[in-house]
Amino acid sequence: MDELIFFINRVLISGTVLGSIYALGAIGITLIFGILRFAHFAHGDMMTMGAFVSFVLASALAAAGIVLPLPTGFVVLPVAMIITAILALGLDKGFYAPLRARGARPVTLLIASIGVTLMIQGLIRLIFGSGTRSIYVSAPKDIFRFDMSWIGGSRPINITEPQLIMFVVTALLVVALHLFLTRSRLGKAMRAMADNADLAQVSGINTALVVRVTWVIAGSLACVAGTMLALDVALMPDLAFNIVLPIFAAAIVGGLGHAYGAIVGGFLIAFAETLAVFNWTAVLRPLNNVLPEGMALPANLALVPTEYKLTVAFVILVITLLVRPTGIFKGAST
Amino acid sequence: MALIELKHVVGGYGGAPILNGVNMAIEQSDIGVIVGPNGAGKSTTLKAIFGLLRVTGGTIEFGGRNVANSLPDALVPMGLSFVPQEKNVFTSMSVEENLEMGAFTRQDDFSDTMDWVYQMFPVLAEKRRQPAGELSGGQRQMVAMGRALMSKPTLLMLDEPSAGLSPRYVTEIFETIVRVNKEGVGILMVEQNARQALAFASRGFVLANGQNRFTGTGPELIADPEVAKSFLGG
Repeated sequence: MDELIFFINRVLISGTVLGSIYALGAIGITLIFGILRFAHFAHGDMMTMGAFVSFVLASALAAAGIVLPLPTGFVVLPVAMIITAILALGLDKGFYAPLRARGARPVTLLIASIGVTLMIQGLIRLIFGSGTRSIYVSAPKDIFRFDMSWIGGSRPINITEPQLIMFVVTALLVVALHLFLTRSRLGKAMRAMADNADLAQVSGINTALVVRVTWVIAGSLACVAGTMLALDVALMPDLAFNIVLPIFAAAIVGGLGHAYGAIVGGFLIAFAETLAVFNWTAVLRPLNNVLPEGMALPANLALVPTEYKLTVAFVILVITLLVRPTGIFKGAST
Repeated sequence: MALIELKHVVGGYGGAPILNGVNMAIEQSDIGVIVGPNGAGKSTTLKAIFGLLRVTGGTIEFGGRNVANSLPDALVPMGLSFVPQEKNVFTSMSVEENLEMGAFTRQDDFSDTMDWVYQMFPVLAEKRRQPAGELSGGQRQMVAMGRALMSKPTLLMLDEPSAGLSPRYVTEIFETIVRVNKEGVGILMVEQNARQALAFASRGFVLANGQNRFTGTGPELIADPEVAKSFLGG
């Protein structure tokens, strides 16, 4: 029984946390690709930027002496989302919109976004320094321990409070996005433009407005994902830059331009990574009792060493591109 | 005063102009048909009216205003609608959502217009929840026309509505166009099935090299031996 509890703690919970972060990041990438037809390489850094906005707000709260029952990182989230959305609009207006106005090709915009990546990381290092810091400004994290002795387990299932809130926030955001895309006039216009931009224009859809809405959604979701990542790991200038590859892989595996695909892709990549670095010996140890002498399981039975975690996303990406280039959901990856 | 009037329109995609002085006038009661050889500037004329390419000379008067180089999101609310030749439906969206997108510029309740479109194309009412990409070519063309009609236009422009359709559907689409016109919507269309389309055209325009060559009612043009010989295949 302890093995199952260990599995739940190490794979199910960690995988869901990572999946939530990947999914929220990948939604932004996929929406930007669907509407503007370019791979937004600076998306990871937009997440980092959002995390630092949350950090500044949380610090301000702590400095004001306000103590809250919830982790401050979450309390400030709505405001941080709005600020990050405005910053995202600013990035578009300052860097991408002028290029689009001159009819730049997608590859030019991609290169520009690499420049934006360097710029954001540089600015963050300039302002906050290059060190690692904790986003838990005042409140310590609570840990919920679910006693499992009633089914014969000696260890509890551990979920930290931030993790629990993370699941709830992600679920709420995904439902809100779904309702926006299927029920609202602007959401439908967004899908129309991702489907066929020329026809959207011909229909009289205000494409400039749709572009702005896209940045607002991508920016605010990036803020949530970045803050979650900072809560899960720690705050640093290259926080989300390190996970740009799995996030792109998630968007592509799900089908570029397809929001639901990005969610599925995010969780798929996250669980694949978590399972690949999981030490299976921990779960299979009881087998040692039945295995013959000299065939005991090795101490570490992970498929991939932790430091090569990134290769998992890469392998899944390559397989997807070879077998089903359009992604799980048929995306607009043309 | 005509609903739309083009005077010496010159325009193109930035290089040498494709239109070299096109003249055209359409009333709301008219069905205007543009015919001519490939590269004559037929589709280009429609795109120039709809602001999809640069007009460098001449005027396009619509509703008493010069609308040359106005963009679609300004033209659609004024009563102009356009059905492109290809990729003219949102394939991943349902039939009903396609129609809703046609009404994007309207702030009022458009349910009566949707009923009107469903009345005109009963088969679409049956398939309202189905993705438009799953429909047959003829039904897609109906979705495309329905979408364009959702903004309640006074002038509907169609770029080769019969392209790629089976002969049965060609006749059906043409009959629908005549019906739409009877409901008070002016029509301006480009057609490859020139003889069939000119037969019901109240205004016919033969273009060549980006200029008007012949103008008259459809039946007049069909009867003109020179037009018949050079442009209608004898």
